[in-house]
Amino acid sequence: MSQRILISNGRVIDPAGGSDGIADVLIEGGRIAEVGRSIVADGAMEIDASGLVVAPGFVDAHTHLRDPGYEYKEDIASGTRAAARGGFTTVCAMPNTDPAMDNRSVIEYVLREAQARAYVRVLPIGAVTKRREGKELAELGDLAQAGCVAFSDDGAPVWDATVMRRALEYASAFGLPIIDHCEDASLAKDGVMHEGWVSTRLGLRGQPAAAEEAAVARDVALAEATGGHIHIAHVSTRGAIEVIRAAKRRGARVTAEVTPHHLTLTDEVVAFGAGGGEALIYDTDAKVNPPLRSAGDVDACVDALAEGAIDCIATDHAPHAVIEKLCEFDDAAFGISGLETAFGLCMRLVDDGRVELPALIERMTIAPVRALGLDRHVPQIGTLAVGAPGDVVVLDPEREWTVEPERFASKGKNTPLRGVSLRGRVVATVAGGRMVHRMEEAAVSGR
Amino acid sequence: MTSIRTAETRVAETSLPEQAAEEQGWRRSHLLDLDDFSADELDLVMRTTDAMKEVLSREVPRVPALRGTTVVTLFYENSTRTRASFELAGKVLGADAINVSASGSSVSKGESLVDTVKTLRAIGAGVLVMRHNRSGAPYLAARHADCSVINAGDGLHAHPTQALLDLYTMRSQLGDVRGKKVVIVGDIAHSRVARSNLWSLAAMGAEVTLCAPPTLIPAGLRAGEGELPRVRIETDLDRAIEGADVVMALRMQLERMQGGFVPGMREYSRLYQVNGERLARAQKNALVMHPGPMNEGVEISHEVAHGLQSRVEEQVTNGVAVRMAVLWLVTRTARSRNASGGKAAS
Repeated sequence: MSQRILISNGRVIDPAGGSDGIADVLIEGGRIAEVGRSIVADGAMEIDASGLVVAPGFVDAHTHLRDPGYEYKEDIASGTRAAARGGFTTVCAMPNTDPAMDNRSVIEYVLREAQARAYVRVLPIGAVTKRREGKELAELGDLAQAGCVAFSDDGAPVWDATVMRRALEYASAFGLPIIDHCEDASLAKDGVMHEGWVSTRLGLRGQPAAAEEAAVARDVALAEATGGHIHIAHVSTRGAIEVIRAAKRRGARVTAEVTPHHLTLTDEVVAFGAGGGEALIYDTDAKVNPPLRSAGDVDACVDALAEGAIDCIATDHAPHAVIEKLCEFDDAAFGISGLETAFGLCMRLVDDGRVELPALIERMTIAPVRALGLDRHVPQIGTLAVGAPGDVVVLDPEREWTVEPERFASKGKNTPLRGVSLRGRVVATVAGGRMVHRMEEAAVSGR
Repeated sequence: MTSIRTAETRVAETSLPEQAAEEQGWRRSHLLDLDDFSADELDLVMRTTDAMKEVLSREVPRVPALRGTTVVTLFYENSTRTRASFELAGKVLGADAINVSASGSSVSKGESLVDTVKTLRAIGAGVLVMRHNRSGAPYLAARHADCSVINAGDGLHAHPTQALLDLYTMRSQLGDVRGKKVVIVGDIAHSRVARSNLWSLAAMGAEVTLCAPPTLIPAGLRAGEGELPRVRIETDLDRAIEGADVVMALRMQLERMQGGFVPGMREYSRLYQVNGERLARAQKNALVMHPGPMNEGVEISHEVAHGLQSRVEEQVTNGVAVRMAVLWLVTRTARSRNASGGKAAS
């Protein structure tokens, strides 16, 4: 299956190895075979990466593949193909499927499907509780043995504090983190967007930032009390960041992720769209949970990512069918299809001078690996070390393109970025030594 | 001679006054909210409403201005006065009015709003008057319906024709509202009437005070953040009402008690009811308004609701004229667009 691929003359950035310079990368036998100057590899498929950036394939700690059960939204083939297009060579699949990924047989189904149909590596995340009901722990030990890399009831928080306490204690036996969607439901109630002046303007019910912050504070307290590892999913508020930063200073086992949309888009996108405008549009494609927040929150997320209080970027790719968004705002599904726009959107941080390109790549490769301990499952993942998995991405940070959801590989066309111009594109993706995405030659040579 | 004069009179009596027919400066084919209305545009609606009042005062209040146009009222929420008001407004202007309710139609069979709107357009709706319990629903309809959409109230968001009739009622008593003190008291957080009024009153230069318990003041207004009108917030009604030219009470719904926003009706009415004693603190002839339906004894006392200063019935009467004006204006945009597009203007 694997190919012999030579990526030559690119600017090779390998944050794990601390290297950044012009080099060739040879992938052979599904692994990184060599990184150096003037590699000769007769008969290899060659990519001329002159003027381009070569990096380890991105790792997404938070992907909804919807399979099994919601294949009309996405399936393992379409979701991983979208990942390949977005430069991701590993995705961690969230367990809010139907049936939920709360037992070995569903995990085995996902891995078997991935083996047969996936374009990139799929690492399953098991449910914390049976049927994701938040009541009884799922068989975490069996799930760990089946190949789960973490546990989460994502989509819903683990609302019962004692259940969360037990989960943190119990999962520590297997050295696996609990990933929590932090939302105090009694406070967020029926809110459909961030509570602030925009929700008032639109007459939509808001979720206060405090609903996230209270839940993060509880989880941090439980992690410190149990010594367990809590990973905070999709952090979106300044207050939540303050809690995480303080906990990290105390040495708590807390890690955190932030999505590309929470780093770049505010609640005003719900009202006026990502392109900006005067007229209200009630953009259901900008309806996501946690909601897009205020400009101050976005600013805090970027700072926290730059300085390390937030460990990594994760997409929270949440594909939905057209009909689930083509409706009244209150009735629309929460979620953004994010895999294929992640890099271009995050490049705004680089263009704004807030994060250096190598740092951005770090937050999308080795950082999520370290945050979740993924290298214990896949040695050397997220690096370009010789012998590491043949997961490589070729990026053109300069290339401008317009987001056209109809062209997404994902079945989820739900993005608020429709028609928006992004700078930074994934030119080619090699996953497990196999070329899984390559932009058409014409488009590549057009630069 | 006599017969000719009679004929002329009849022609004059069955058409709109010139002032309505010749108004310039209106470009809208939808009325979704007043948030982007200029003072000039509001003035134009007020002048057009004057003309419609004149039509309503005629012996036979009928003009064929909208003959051949189908006005569909699509109501996803129960409403008596707004729906009747629109229906009558359409009929006075000679339009065909069809009523569609959410219950008993394809809506209850799970048909989506977009499908419903497209279907109504396909059967010939020229104007869609829409009431919906979801904020923003008329915006979705306007994007997908190739006809005029008038928002007759959407969720917590907007109720532009109510705000227009409120403005008309205030102006007919006070003249210009610039610098006039308008106090809106009650459940601001859940009031689309208050939201739309904020925009029109701000555009016309009125000084607005919102009065409610802190739990019923929506986010961002207190701090005057973002793109919200600047208002004064006052939690004490006795202070808020001091020197007011207009006092508008909002309906207090039972579900707010259940939602824990206030402890109960008893305490609410003690603290926030517009009664005679409180009204005495306002200007001598301050107007008392209410968008209806009133909970007499809760947000407004019986004596004030039916007192000399109450303009509640006048609001309802003005509602018909305002809705005639709005129907006329939004369809005129479509008509002139068709005419300039080379299509036959009927």
